[in-house]
Amino acid sequence: MTTRAVETWTLEPLVKFVKEAGARLVLVMTSAGQVLAQHGFSRAVDVMSAAALGAAIMASTDEMARQLRQPPFAALNHQGERHGIFLAGLATGRGRLVALVVYDLDVSSLGLVQLFFEQLATDLQAASPKESVPKQVLAADFERQLSDSLNTLFGR
Amino acid sequence: MTAPAAAYGKALDLITRVRSVRGAMLVSAEDGIVVAEQLMEGIKGPAVSALAASLAARLQRAMEAAGVGASLFWHLQAEQGALLVVPTSGGTLVVAVAEPDVNVGLVRLELLRAAEVVG
Repeated sequence: MTTRAVETWTLEPLVKFVKEAGARLVLVMTSAGQVLAQHGFSRAVDVMSAAALGAAIMASTDEMARQLRQPPFAALNHQGERHGIFLAGLATGRGRLVALVVYDLDVSSLGLVQLFFEQLATDLQAASPKESVPKQVLAADFERQLSDSLNTLFGR
Repeated sequence: MTAPAAAYGKALDLITRVRSVRGAMLVSAEDGIVVAEQLMEGIKGPAVSALAASLAARLQRAMEAAGVGASLFWHLQAEQGALLVVPTSGGTLVVAVAEPDVNVGLVRLELLRAAEVVG
């Protein structure tokens, strides 16, 4: 399984997290669903779908929290028969990011993912470029940037 | 039938009363999350619980592969302490963290009693 990053500062923390938590698939993305790094995905279409769905879930739970006049929920876990999905936000110098983690229940557990996610958040915070201003993505550039990102994420 | 949550604290209390025990926890074996805990300061409950559950799952597979059945009690002795665990039939681990000089037999007895309460 390969780990690849569009923004290279995310790579080392992500590789470490995958190894320690035993994660099967991981996406690190912005709140808008722009992927910065991925592990385990083999098709671009899967990355795009997972990023869009993950970002939408985070946006929904953020809005629910806002309506309840609460701070945003820290994390969300969905456990199936064989796999678990863990979705959580983290603060970095690059702004608020979202991590989507899929883990096999016979290899890892929610406890392990939570435990090493805290370390991932700390490592990403430390590795992130300071005082960076996120680039504005114009509609005209969107497709080209998406295509460039997917090429990087799949080593093309 | 499992015990009400109030009984968990009492079960843990009996374990932590044993001399040289630094803490006790009930851990969900499936997801490695703390169910109840009584720990001294400095013990990282969530970390111990996640790693103990992970270890329990691997030990379970080793026991099955060896054809010796399910594990009933394990004791890991380290330089500066010990980890003692009894899995329950209901999928909970009763965990004790202790000093190196702990009376292992006595802790084991209390862990087994707690496992009966938890079910």
